[in-house]
Amino acid sequence: MFCDVCHSKEATVFLTQIVEGKMQKVNLCEGCSKEKGVNDPTGFALADLLLGLGAAQEIEKNPSGVRCPVCGFSQTDFKKTGRLGCSACYDTFAEGLSGMLKNMHRGVIHSGKVPAKLAAARRRGQELAVLQADLDKAVREEHFEEAATLRDKIRRLEIEGEQEAAAAGKPVAPSVNRVAELTTGEAEPIVPKPRKKS
Amino acid sequence: MKLSRIIANTGEWLSGSGPHDQIVVSSRVRLARNLKGKPFPGWAKKAERVAVLEEIRGAVEGLPEMSESFSEKLEDLSPLEKQVLVERHLISREHAAKGAGSAVVMNTAQTLSFMINEEDHLRMQAIRAGLQLDEVYKMINQTDTELEDSLDFAFHNDLGYLTACPTNVGTGMRASAMMHLPGLVMSEQVNKIINSVNKIGLAVRGLHGEGTEAMGNLFQVSNQTTLGEAEEEIIGRLNRVIAQILEHEQNARQILLQQRAETLLDQIGRAYGILCHAHSITSKEALNLLSFIKMGVDLGLFPSKCRLQVDELFIETQPAHLQKGLHAVKLGADERDSLRAALIRAKLKQMPEPEIGKIPTNGNSGSTTTSDTTKPSEES
Repeated sequence: MFCDVCHSKEATVFLTQIVEGKMQKVNLCEGCSKEKGVNDPTGFALADLLLGLGAAQEIEKNPSGVRCPVCGFSQTDFKKTGRLGCSACYDTFAEGLSGMLKNMHRGVIHSGKVPAKLAAARRRGQELAVLQADLDKAVREEHFEEAATLRDKIRRLEIEGEQEAAAAGKPVAPSVNRVAELTTGEAEPIVPKPRKKS
Repeated sequence: MKLSRIIANTGEWLSGSGPHDQIVVSSRVRLARNLKGKPFPGWAKKAERVAVLEEIRGAVEGLPEMSESFSEKLEDLSPLEKQVLVERHLISREHAAKGAGSAVVMNTAQTLSFMINEEDHLRMQAIRAGLQLDEVYKMINQTDTELEDSLDFAFHNDLGYLTACPTNVGTGMRASAMMHLPGLVMSEQVNKIINSVNKIGLAVRGLHGEGTEAMGNLFQVSNQTTLGEAEEEIIGRLNRVIAQILEHEQNARQILLQQRAETLLDQIGRAYGILCHAHSITSKEALNLLSFIKMGVDLGLFPSKCRLQVDELFIETQPAHLQKGLHAVKLGADERDSLRAALIRAKLKQMPEPEIGKIPTNGNSGSTTTSDTTKPSEES
């Protein structure tokens, strides 16, 4: 097992702490444990270590020189200020941020208020993701009738979304068209032959 | 509307009333929002900040609840005026330090205030007297919903509302209650409470938030985390912990009355003596002594009609408030200290001496349980 901090040496110090009823484990090598002051149990809080470590290390994972394509912000700027440059930075530095957010908050998925304008689109996006997964599974398992039903449902949801977007005068998000491509291409054969009703 | 007209009146959160307002001074909820596709204020160029300011300011001033409001660019406020707003908790210290490209908008009751281009494009808060976080959230939530119609807020499908600092992402909400806890301080229990509250992901801080000292036995209890829980869940958790701290404070006062009545009376009497006769007093000393007078009112040693007077002194003795009536040059610390002492002497002259005989020796109010468990648990 490798050290959680340097990821290169064998971990020899294993820490377990209960925080808010959740168990957190950290494995460290000799060198990193000394550096983080783990050997001094009085002055040591796992959460602090995790948070400090999260901020510095996680961002470092992002190869240096990466800048936000929208605002030009870099991870060096983030290290300096602890603030991000624009909302797109959350996607640019998503990988580095995810560990940090996990340590900082109670969860990593927002479960609170959603702006009314976006609520329908967000719900549809979530439904689409579920339907798409079901569709993939149905195709894989060759349940073509089920797949066709699912595909129709997906199409209906997409049309709904397009209409709403058109009404709001906004372009349709490109990701929504993924299934449409699939249905015009390889998905065509899954359409079941019309059955005679008996 | 002019700022001087607004600050001539005490805000609703100070003069008004609410549940448990003897111990819970005020409840506050703030929401952080940013405009879609615009760089955050700390990274934006001045022209971008100004454009954001104009867009948001227009939307905020157009709100029905802001028809009677005060709105000003930070660059057009004097340092003293900014400091008055900080002392009233209507803007943050960070916002007061901002210049061009930032603004503040607030209603006349001083229950709603908006900081434009602080750390985020928009930070809006609602504040009221006593413990009423649910009502305060309802207020600010409605305002936020109204603003959604005209402003496009940066929102991420997984991460929720996006903020300049990742510690605010998700709900962008910070809910807090200002608590007056002299009983827990005197009985040396307050650090235990702070530590256990911190362990469950809530924070206890001093008078003016992060990194400030607890003066006048005033503490702010607030949520630390903003992602992964809905607003109502966060407030629910906070409410449960506040209710427990409230109970511990009441118990601590009861125990002090039963076991250390002499010490308690001595402290209140000395505070009264010093405040009535001092000719130079710092704001820290004033707050710490006023805290005992406030507790004295709670315990019935002073007539309850004196409550507002005492509460007002907490704000009126702050450095900028002391000078707000004076159009003269900024006063030095020494001059402020004597002006403060004079103000307090004048106000306390209208108050009778503490009625020692009136002290209730067994529980007359609140709970009388003597449980000494100070760990606010998540449940119950």
